[in-house]
Parts: sequence; C-alpha cells; structure tokens
Amino acid sequence: MPEQTFVVNGERVTVDVEDDVRVLWVLRDLLGVTGPKYGCGINVCKACTSHINGKAFNPCAVPVGELSADDEVTTIEGLPAQTAEDARGPHGLHPMQEAWLERDVVQCGYCQPGQIMAAVALVRKVRDEGRTITDADLDGIRNICRCGTYTRIREAIRDGETRM
Amino acid sequence: MTTTDGPHTVNRRKFIGYLLGGATVVAAADLGMVGRGATADAGELPTLPQPAEIADLSDLLTLAAAPTSQLITVTINDDGTASFELPRTEVGQGITTAAAMLIAEELDLPVDKVHVTLAPARPELLFNQITGGSNTIHAMYTPIRVAAAVAKGALLQAAATVLGDSANKLTSHLGHIVAPDGRRVDYGRLSALAANEQPETVEVELKDENSHGIVGTPVNRIDALDAVTGTKQFATDLDVADALPTMVCRAPTLNGTPNAVNNADEVRNMPGVTHVAIVPTGVAVRASTFGQCIDAVRALDVSWNDGPVAGMSDEDALAGVRAAEAPAPELPAGETVSGDFTFWFRSNSAMDTNSAVADVRDGRAEIWASLKNPNVAQGRIAEAVGIPLNNVTVHVVQGGGSFGRRLFDEPAIEAARISQAMGVPVKLMWHRADDARVGRTHPLATSRIRACYAGDTVLGFQQAHTSIETDFRHGLGDIITAKAADLPAGLGNMPFAQVIFQLTTILPYDFGAVGQSLVETDTRFNTSSMRNIYSPDVRTANELIVDQLAQRMGTDPLEFRLAHLRNGRLRTALETAAEKAEWGKELPEGMAQGIGVHVEYKGVTACIMEIDCRPETVGRKVRNAVTGPRVTKATMVIDCGRVINPRGVEAQMQGCVNDGIAMTLTSSLHLRDGHFQEASWDNYFYTRQWNTPPELDVVVLESTEPPGGVGEAGVAASAAAAACAYARATAAMPTEFPINHRTLSFEPKPYSPPVPQSPTDGLDHTY
Ligand code: FES
Ligand code: FES
Repeated sequence: MPEQTFVVNGERVTVDVEDDVRVLWVLRDLLGVTGPKYGCGINVCKACTSHINGKAFNPCAVPVGELSADDEVTTIEGLPAQTAEDARGPHGLHPMQEAWLERDVVQCGYCQPGQIMAAVALVRKVRDEGRTITDADLDGIRNICRCGTYTRIREAIRDGETRM
Repeated sequence: MTTTDGPHTVNRRKFIGYLLGGATVVAAADLGMVGRGATADAGELPTLPQPAEIADLSDLLTLAAAPTSQLITVTINDDGTASFELPRTEVGQGITTAAAMLIAEELDLPVDKVHVTLAPARPELLFNQITGGSNTIHAMYTPIRVAAAVAKGALLQAAATVLGDSANKLTSHLGHIVAPDGRRVDYGRLSALAANEQPETVEVELKDENSHGIVGTPVNRIDALDAVTGTKQFATDLDVADALPTMVCRAPTLNGTPNAVNNADEVRNMPGVTHVAIVPTGVAVRASTFGQCIDAVRALDVSWNDGPVAGMSDEDALAGVRAAEAPAPELPAGETVSGDFTFWFRSNSAMDTNSAVADVRDGRAEIWASLKNPNVAQGRIAEAVGIPLNNVTVHVVQGGGSFGRRLFDEPAIEAARISQAMGVPVKLMWHRADDARVGRTHPLATSRIRACYAGDTVLGFQQAHTSIETDFRHGLGDIITAKAADLPAGLGNMPFAQVIFQLTTILPYDFGAVGQSLVETDTRFNTSSMRNIYSPDVRTANELIVDQLAQRMGTDPLEFRLAHLRNGRLRTALETAAEKAEWGKELPEGMAQGIGVHVEYKGVTACIMEIDCRPETVGRKVRNAVTGPRVTKATMVIDCGRVINPRGVEAQMQGCVNDGIAMTLTSSLHLRDGHFQEASWDNYFYTRQWNTPPELDVVVLESTEPPGGVGEAGVAASAAAAACAYARATAAMPTEFPINHRTLSFEPKPYSPPVPQSPTDGLDHTY
C-alpha cells in the first residue's frame, strides 16, 4: 500500500493507505483526528472545513495522494497553535474560537468546527483584499447549520475579526 | 410555582428526597414526583389500546415497581464537584446546561463544577426516559432540585460535625460550607464524611425561586468549549475498539429490500473492505475508512425487491390524502372565508446523520447512539438480535441535532443487526444521501379551513387536517407503549396521533364554534415529528385565514388579533413583538410584515417577520442555491414560564425562526418514481446564510409560571409569520408550502448506485 506523508497540526504523519482515499477519512478514520465532521462527503455542507497551507479547504474532496510531505493540514484541533501564545484568549484558544465562546454560538456543535475554520479563512481572505467583512461576505458563507445558529455565527465572525 | 400534591410533596417548597448508601454523598429524588413523566405535553396521557400480549411487560413492571426504580441521583465527588446522569438526550437543545444550572443553584456550586452526562437506557424508568415534546425541563425541574437539595443537606450535616457548630448556623458559598466565624470546609472533603451507610428518606426545603442567583441568568453552554475545540464526541467520533467504518447500500426505491448480492466476493476484495453482509434494510459493508465503504457501496451489484411506494410521486401521495379527507363540518350561517392548504414532505435530517456503534457478539449487545428513547431501543434491539434484554447495554451519546429523528432507533437496530451478521463491532454511518432519502420525514398533509362571520364577529372556525400518518411508534419512552403503538394496520398509532393533535393545536382566538380534526392515512412512509409535530402546518393555515378575516372586516391584522385573543400571556407577547418590530411601519412595495402566534409547551410565542419580495431580491443569484423572498427582519417574543437559561432560550428561538422560514419558503422533499430525490444539502434547501434574516431579535419575557419547553416552541409562530408576511407582500395567499415546491431547483443525483462519489477537485476551491 502506498505511504502518504503530510503535516497535520504541526506534526508530520505517514499513513499506509491508497492514494484515492479522501483526506477527511484519513484524518478521522486512520489518524483519529475527529474535529472535522462529515455532513455530505461531496463538498457541499462544509462541516469538514479545515485549512491547507493556511487556506480553507474541504478534505472530503481531496484524495490523500495529492498531498505532499510539506503540505500543512490544520484542523480545528490545531487552530489555537496558529496564533502566537500571547495572542490567544482566556481559554488559550484562537481569537475566533474565543469569539465563538463569548457569543455562545454553539447549539448541537456538529457544524461548528467547520464554521470556525471557514470564518478564520474568510477574515484572512478579506484582509488580503485590504477590506473588512461585509454583510455580503456573511451571506456568502456556505457552511450549513441545521440548528440555525446563523445569527450568532455572523455576530461572532464580526467580533472575531476585530480580535484577530 | 405549582406542584401536584402527592406522596413526595410536603408543601410548595418542601419535598421528600432520599440519601442513598455509599462511599460518598448520593442524593436522590423521585422522577414521578410531579404529575406523570413525559408525554407529548406533560401531564396528560393518551388512553392506550391494551396490547394483548407483551413479552417484556411483567419484567418491566417488576423493575419499575422496585422502590428505587424511579430515582435520579446527584453525587458529590471527592474533588468537590457534583455529577448527575440525565435520563434524557442532549441534541443541541441545551438541557445538560439547564440541568447543571439547577444543580449548581440548589447546591451553591459554580456551574462548571457540575458534570452532567447522559444516562444509558434504564428500562425501569418506563415513561420517564423519553426526550420529546420539549418536555425535559417541565418534567425534571423539581426532581433535579430536590436531589441537589438533599445532597446539600447532607453536606451541611457533615460540616456541623467537622466545624463543631449546628447545621442551621452554617451557610454555603460556592462549594464550601462556612461557619459563622469564617472557618470553612469544602464539599470534596465533606463528601465521604456525609456519606450514608443505609438509605434514608429526608425532607428538604428548596431554595425560594425568587432568590435564584444562577437560574434565570444567561449561562453559556457547558459543552461549548468541547464543541469549539472539536473534542465534543458524537457517535461517529467514538473510539470503540475494532468498530470499523460501516455503511449500507440501499434500494433504489424507498424501503426496498435486498434480494441477492451478485458480487459479494469481488467487493470483499476491494481495498480496505473487511466484510459484506445482507441485512433487512440493505447490504452492509465494513472497511478501514468510510471512503472505502462508499467505494464498496457503489460497486455492489444487488438485486432488489421494490419498496411499498415504488412508482409513486408526491402528487400520488397527495391524491391519497385528498381521498381520505373527511367532509367539511357544518358552520353557522354567515359570510365565509375558506382556505385549502398543502404541506409537502419535509426532511428532519440533522447535520449528524443517522449513526450508531454496535458490538453484538457472544450473546451480548452493546450499542452507542444518540437516542431519545433508549428504553424502546433497548427492547427493540433485544428483539432484533434475539438477546435477552438484560444482556443489551445501550449507551446514550450526544447527538448532532435531532429535529424528531432521534425519537427513533433504526440506526441502532441496523448497526446491531450488522454487527451480529458480521460477528465484529461496527461503526455505522448513514451517507447524507441515505439520510435525506430514506430517513424520516415530516408527513405530507392538507389543512382545510372554513370560517364564518357576521359584521365584526367570527361565528365559527373549522379546520380539517389530513395527513400521511405521523409515526408515534416510539411510544412514550418505554417498550410497552411502543408496542401498543405498533399494533397492526396503524390502529395502535392512531390514538397517539389524535391525542397529540388535540394537545398541540390550540386555536388561541375567540372564534365562536371552533373545531379542529385530524385524519391520518397511509403508513408506508418513514415519518416522524419534525421540530415539532402538527402545529407549524396547522398554525400557518390558521393565521393565513385570520389575516383573511381581518381583511374582510377591514381591520389591521394586529388589531384584529388583539381583539380576538383569549390568552393574556399571548396578548402581552404579541404587544411586545409589535412594538419591537415597529408593526405597521412604512415599507416599500413588495415588502410587508406578517404575524404568527402560538400556544404550546406550557408557553406562548409571538413572531413578526418582515419579508422582501421585490424582484431584485427574489432573483438574487447564489450558486446551487435557492434564494427567493428574503425575510429581512424577524422579531420573536416568548413567554416560556420561569426561565432557566435566557441565553439558551434565545438560541432556541433563533433556530426556530430559521426552521419556520425554511418550512414556509424553501425546504421540501420531492417524491418521484418511488424515491425522494434530495440527496444533499444543495438539494434540500434548509435556511442558509443567504436566507437567514439579517436582523433577528428575540425577547424572552419574565414569567412566574412553571417552566415550559422551548426547543420547538417557536417554529409554528415563525412558519406562520413568514407565510402571512409573504401573503401580504405579494397580495396573494399562498396555498402550498414551501412556496417553491413546484420548482425542482436541482439536478437529482442517481439512485443507483445509491450514494454519490466524493469529488476530487477540492484543492481547486481553497480560499
Ligand atoms: S463533508 Fe465535506 S463538505 Fe460536507
Ligand atoms: S450547531 Fe447543530 S448543526 Fe450547527
């Protein structure tokens, strides 16, 4: 079986698995990294949203064979470490996670790791474009929340943006 | 508050509890202490048909008759924390947080020192272990506080010995018992000293509710930290030894069954695959990863037997409902207003698809799943795998949403059968496509209303609701009533449906001769309640006709409602909503406000929505999405009785608003050729960020009424408000819901193979 090597949350890992297995399953089923959730498997619900080399991606839609040894995958578990220690909040977390806690966004929680990872990427993206989050940006977020926490997600993203 | 006087009640604040024997303080209260346990709307139990013969009945009654059978317990641990096993299921509705608050209040502990876990199936609890009808807080409010108060009493007694002072001079402060001179001892140290050797009955006095310091204040969810760090565990996150990923290949028609697998060996040899087995619901595959399960499911060549609705479309299902409609009842003479409304099938699919872990080997079964009826599941699993009840352990796991789904146990039973057939532990997960297509739905229904009036008096209001059967075979949380509801030909289910309909569809207006009736037909679909039962449909139909009546009489919709409401709490809620929403404000053409109100779950809700139906809004484009009319502002006011956690109530109301909007505007299932077409979230249009109201205000009214339910309380008023706003903005009363049902807004995915392959181009879409 082919060996797959890449970096997960700062640690280089090697897994024996076929090239075509999607990264989501390698993370969840083989590495036990269960923060990214399954909600559709076809890059629609965005529950699995994580980062690759700092950008949001959906691991349910990426064959593991496409990753190279230096590709850095960050899941919700690795998000706090993306921030300098002194920039972390009272819970020792990434500012966006702290904003999420402060606004008590979570309901069942299933979609929320993906929501937070998408939010962080969105703030970085608009910042690269030299602007701040607009209502249209928030309207364009595709992550579904079946518990309907959208209002609090919007509030937390705006708050998290100021903290980031 | 009011309590039913009974054997456990001394007066309104004094109750009887128990101290159990053990190495530490274990305090208990009787769950049956206030009225009956859980019913659709606590307190009233339907009259059940007597099942002729129920195998487990005598066993269960023996269990239930044991003196400690109905107890819930609060334990004080030696680290000073308290533990409580909640005999309910947390699926997002916030009951673990509410329970922790009640215990923290009575014990005088910080909320984060209270650990709330979910109790496994406890068959002896009978009616007392169902999570449904937004009933948890109503049923548990007193027993939880009594158990905590008993524990506190024991700690005070032990502290009296340690501190050499009499217990009544001692006070508590955040996990310590404090003497008048300031000396203190913490609960952890007292826990062993306060332990009882023999069980003992004790009388306790609860804290005065008016002096509550935690209950009634906004508290963040106790599981929020786990959720935002990705450590909150759902069934598919559990690490049970050897429970490898497992999926089921399902028939191309709804509820079709497998006949034969034509390439089992070939599939067994695919990468990662370990087992292939036929079960009644399809062909199961087990592999190292779910990705390999998907590959195997897609590769299977199975001959199928058609399901019971093969060839049918939702128009056929509607024709069946039409044929079952009873003749409209007589009305007094007068001018009439009438409406005939259709509510299409809707999916209660949660984000966390149906899933369960099962290990069924050597005459024992152990199951992990999110189950709102673990007792029923335990009994059914025992039956399905032929293992005695006491060798079946059912662990209750937190669920990623439910919306009615987790009242039922098919994933747990399916997983048990698969594990038994394969002889190994399995982690079963339904693909989203299965969850949407084969999972339970809110049944298709029609509601016909005729109202008559003379001058400005409404003389009569008759509503005939006709529906595909709503499945209540989960009973009341115990296997006995589940069996009763499962009598052949839907006969057992019918009384449940009737009682629940009557309990949940109150018309809150003085409208003369009011009558509401239910007829149900057709038991072939997989149905259930869906963030709530009948009321979103019933109330949407009602409120649209209320607006028609107001219009005929030339009265403003708000004025008309206030003039006819016969519920004071609702009047206050509606007046509050009207003020907050600025009812009647100027809006451009194509925009309008609409009102919906509702009484259920021991509380009332009033919702006002503002909708934008202007062409530029309706026509806005989002890739693979339904846009359409946009609710630009929603105002929701709730009086749910005494509020445990206002932050939790606010969250539930926001969710209810989004559910109501989806039901009215965007979300339905389409049955074609014997199968539902929706297979993903870009097919089934639950409210998304581009549909949610940019402005959403929730007001939680203060109340001294007993605490009621909130999880579903706001859906009916929201669905109705969206419909009324839409009708007013477009000057045409909609008669089908969701309003976009007739437009199929997506390209259906194939039925065979039953699940879509995952894409491979994810790296082209990073941002
Ligand atoms: S599981 Fe990856 S987008 Fe839905
Ligand atoms: S919090 Fe439950 S799906 Fe989003």
